[in-house]
Amino acid sequence: MHFRRYLARRVLYLIPVWLAISVLAFGLGALAPGDPAEAIYFETFGEPANDEVALEKLREELGLNDPLPVRYGRWVFDAIRGDLGDSYRNGLPVLPALISPLGSTLQLAVGGLIAASLIAFPLGILAAVKHNSLIDVLSRLFSLMGAAIPSYWLAYMFILLFAVNLQWLPVAGTGTWRHLILPCFTLGLGGAALLSRLLRSSMLEVLGYDYIRTARAKGLSERKVIMIHALRNALIPVVTVMGNMFGFLISGAIIVETVFARPGLGRLIIEAISFRDYPVIQGFVLFTGTAFVLVSLVVDLSYTWIDPQVRLSEGGPGRRG
Amino acid sequence: MASSDTLTEAAESGIASYGFGVNHRILRRLSRNRVAIVGSLIVTIMVGLAILGPVIAPHPPEKQFSGHRLESPSQGFLLGTDNLGRDMLSRLLFGARISLGMAALATVVIVTIAVSVGAAAGYAGGILDDLVMRLVDVLLAFPGLILALAIIGILGPSMFNVIISLAIVSWAGYARLVRGLVLEIRERAFVEAAFAIGATDARIVIRHILPNVISPVIVLVSLEMGTLILAIAGLNFLGLGVQPPTAEWGAMLNQGRPFFQSEPQLMIYPGIMISITVLGFNLLGDGLRDVLDPRYNK
Repeated sequence: MHFRRYLARRVLYLIPVWLAISVLAFGLGALAPGDPAEAIYFETFGEPANDEVALEKLREELGLNDPLPVRYGRWVFDAIRGDLGDSYRNGLPVLPALISPLGSTLQLAVGGLIAASLIAFPLGILAAVKHNSLIDVLSRLFSLMGAAIPSYWLAYMFILLFAVNLQWLPVAGTGTWRHLILPCFTLGLGGAALLSRLLRSSMLEVLGYDYIRTARAKGLSERKVIMIHALRNALIPVVTVMGNMFGFLISGAIIVETVFARPGLGRLIIEAISFRDYPVIQGFVLFTGTAFVLVSLVVDLSYTWIDPQVRLSEGGPGRRG
Repeated sequence: MASSDTLTEAAESGIASYGFGVNHRILRRLSRNRVAIVGSLIVTIMVGLAILGPVIAPHPPEKQFSGHRLESPSQGFLLGTDNLGRDMLSRLLFGARISLGMAALATVVIVTIAVSVGAAAGYAGGILDDLVMRLVDVLLAFPGLILALAIIGILGPSMFNVIISLAIVSWAGYARLVRGLVLEIRERAFVEAAFAIGATDARIVIRHILPNVISPVIVLVSLEMGTLILAIAGLNFLGLGVQPPTAEWGAMLNQGRPFFQSEPQLMIYPGIMISITVLGFNLLGDGLRDVLDPRYNK
């Protein structure tokens, strides 16, 4: 199938998925216990509502008496125009509140991905090239440990070692690039464990193929064989997983942010949860959900770019799990 | 919340192991698999500690010895005491009960939903299948922890709500796996034969199809236990699950945070417990997969 048609279908497929995510986000808030009118009354007047007439008027104004589908329709149309409502806690619009800490969280997530790649690529490639050597054993051990050790715990151990004892890096906070090193590596280590394991098995498989023997037979240097012929093909499953890792990195970032006292989406959502700030929680779900379907679109498209053989005719988007 | 490659691998191992069931051959292969042995040894020890906790713990986990705050290890307190003068060893042992118990309960809920929904969708097909699979797509579009956070945000922080929220976000991937397996098995001759002799749908699903789904589900349960222990400890670490003074490993990490520079052992012990337990379940899952799927012996 032509690439443009594939692209069109893939983009059209986003619409029902996005609508379902919006139903989920809206439903979470709609099913929540408690009366939004009371929460807004409290936030506006600074005291609990005891005036039932005023509350009823507020409900009418906010459209809370309308049937759920009407309320959902209004909410989703506002959301499309960038209006996710106002926070119960401080009355400020939700969307700007979600966007302002986004930079800090993305910085951490991207940094985590870079840290994961810096560890996983050399380790995975070397482990495959020197199959069953010491480095291979170490890489497998690293994968096992990386998958089992909680990142938020590792963060404290890193702080103890590198910041408190060795004093190489700052304990917490933000500001310079040195503040980013520990959070990024803490976050990246779990991903590195997964990536290096995947890259190792992918490389091992590719290195057994005929065209690698051909490349060697025609006298290419071993370096060229591995870095160009083998790696490019071994990367295909790795890129898919890296794309799907974005979600893992964002949720990991939320916890790591708490440890390193970084102002990010994590702090925002944890505070919103403790205040039962439903508009912020709803907005957070819609916002992150939208981000993830867009990222998965980019991943699917880059997949077809890396491997032109991907059968575009296979219908829907690549299945993710 | 297992990653996509484990799900695919498990799905493949399931297809490869049709009709094996759990039998002697598998047990024998299991006993020769070093990874599985180490894994099951760790899991057995941890489960044993969780069950025997109340018997072997030297002190009640919530009892505060007011004259013994932040003590180093001694005969009375083998691993020392925490900031409230509670015995660390006893809290770690009782913590095993909560951590493993919550993960086990969540796993049971997840597997029950996944197997019934997945089998129904795969066997019935049609609109039911379409609807279920679209729902699965949407749930998988989110990273589990984010949706779990939002659900806890709506329901409020508690141990019970942590289990509910993790069950809601985790069943989808397994339901897809079970559905895929059921779709394959449904086409096989023995199912056709059962249908031909007039077996009811319920009988075909329960007696003929589900037994063939068991082995990949066992592999997944083991890997999922590791994932869930990490997720539960993480949510408790954020203060969204069990509330003080309950001893749970993630909550103990949270309680140790203010003192971690001067008293790092308050955080080191629970972290080691979590890591070893998760490692055990992961090794067991890897080993089981190797054994149940002869092709996956790299």
